[in-house]
Amino acid sequence: VLALPWAWLGLFLLVPAAIVLKISLAAPADAVPPYSALLRWGGAWLPRVALHLDSYALILGDPLYLRALLLSVKVAGIATLVCLLAGYPMALAIAQAPERYRNALLLAVILPFWTGLLQDDGWVNSALVALGLGAHRLLYTDTAMYLGIVYTYLPFMVLPLYARLTRQDPTLLEAAADLGAAPWSAFWRVTFPLSLPGVWAGVLLVFIPAVGEYVIPELLGGPQAQLVGRVLWEEFFANRDWPMASALAVALLVLLLIVPGGIWRLAGRHLARRHLAQQYLSRRGV
Amino acid sequence: MRSTPLLTWLIVCYAFLYAPIGFLIAFSFNAARLVTAWSGFSFRWYVTLAHDPQLITATLLSLRIAAASATLALLVGTLSGYALARFGRFRARAAFAAAVAAPLVLPEVITGLALLLLFVALEQAIGWPAGRGATTVTLAHASVSVAYVAVVVRARLADAGTLLEEAAMDLYATPFVAFSLVTLPLMAPALAVGWLLAFTLSLDDVVVASFTSGPGASTLPMVVFSLTRLGATPEIYALATVIVAVVAAILLVVARMQSSAGRRDAE
Repeated sequence: VLALPWAWLGLFLLVPAAIVLKISLAAPADAVPPYSALLRWGGAWLPRVALHLDSYALILGDPLYLRALLLSVKVAGIATLVCLLAGYPMALAIAQAPERYRNALLLAVILPFWTGLLQDDGWVNSALVALGLGAHRLLYTDTAMYLGIVYTYLPFMVLPLYARLTRQDPTLLEAAADLGAAPWSAFWRVTFPLSLPGVWAGVLLVFIPAVGEYVIPELLGGPQAQLVGRVLWEEFFANRDWPMASALAVALLVLLLIVPGGIWRLAGRHLARRHLAQQYLSRRGV
Repeated sequence: MRSTPLLTWLIVCYAFLYAPIGFLIAFSFNAARLVTAWSGFSFRWYVTLAHDPQLITATLLSLRIAAASATLALLVGTLSGYALARFGRFRARAAFAAAVAAPLVLPEVITGLALLLLFVALEQAIGWPAGRGATTVTLAHASVSVAYVAVVVRARLADAGTLLEEAAMDLYATPFVAFSLVTLPLMAPALAVGWLLAFTLSLDDVVVASFTSGPGASTLPMVVFSLTRLGATPEIYALATVIVAVVAAILLVVARMQSSAGRRDAE
């Protein structure tokens, strides 16, 4: 049973990753395919390996690429924060709604997502224009781009938060109230800490795809919104510089492994602390 | 605990999510070409849409690709999800789980680029797939959707528990019989949801399709994307309205299926 999935994953995940890495180390060439070979059979028996680090040198050397990477992280970070601030109360409200309405409310969150990617960009911007929010001045601005990203990724934040919040034992809040906690402090000291795994999941699900986003900055952002997804696309389709595009993909991937790695570690430390606290409490017989 | 601020916020957020859709549906019935000024009710853009060969070809192609890739993803994704939910600790399980879930969080530009380079390399090495087009897009979409199907199937199996399968085995069902008479029906709602999810993902995707497609094989989202770049038209709005209606209908059916499955479980 495992053979087919393994073969599939190997062919469509591991091999492509290796190829991207390989091509990122090649030099661009005016040929089909437009990159040089890594292995050359020279005069000796051993193949000569011709590694070109030019693309990586350019990424580190040319401020265009570094700026694109940093800008992407910034845009994705802000959008993730907005999604969290907007999505958390939403998830909470849905989780507290009467049970027979919950599915309908949840479905209403998912619907724009399932119809979304195809048209939201076009329709968000026209809708904003029509609703008179700054008329035509809003199109092709950072604000429009942020709105577009938040619009597209909000469901990815709400769903894991909702899943976490509904699983919470409501008697905990009653206990907190019995012990004299105000609703607000009960939220901060009971509900929120317990929902943290959902928060991390939502943050990862929004942040990572948002960093590489191409369509939204292209349609809604101005020419100054050179996010890494856009730069990669340009390198590949307009400049036909496949090694450069591959090197950008590798750089982006490394970046994405570092940032979520940090988040995981934070989350892990937090969970470990809670685990210790629980052990302490159970030893005291609480 | 019911609080008014939360409820107000919920309404604001739904307004944020649905205002654009409402606007778009309204203006698809606009008589004029302008998308910002209302000038009377008309179906003319739906008529234009129905006679636009480019959009119709692209729609048919997209539907074909979506159906094929969803079916392929269902096959591989179900096996993966089943393995993750039922095989206990097998060798390299962590690596397998990570590899299955990876496409969920990989940026689309990376997935698209990597798959395209794979297809190019394959073509050079063994001559297949010859050129890029519907086949390569189908394979690319399937490889992304496998992750979604696997997640849905795995969650369903974890929820259902192993009790029924164990009972079947106790009653001398062979593993194969237990699987086809017990596990498969248990999974059925998840299979339907997974397939539909894969189908809509494929129908929505611009980036991966743009990378892996070739000349003459433009999917619907690719066409819409290039048209939107030139500015929105009521015709696109009409198309979007049709899509919203179809997706809403599909979602309602899925919700029905899920809730009836839930009720069966409860009984």
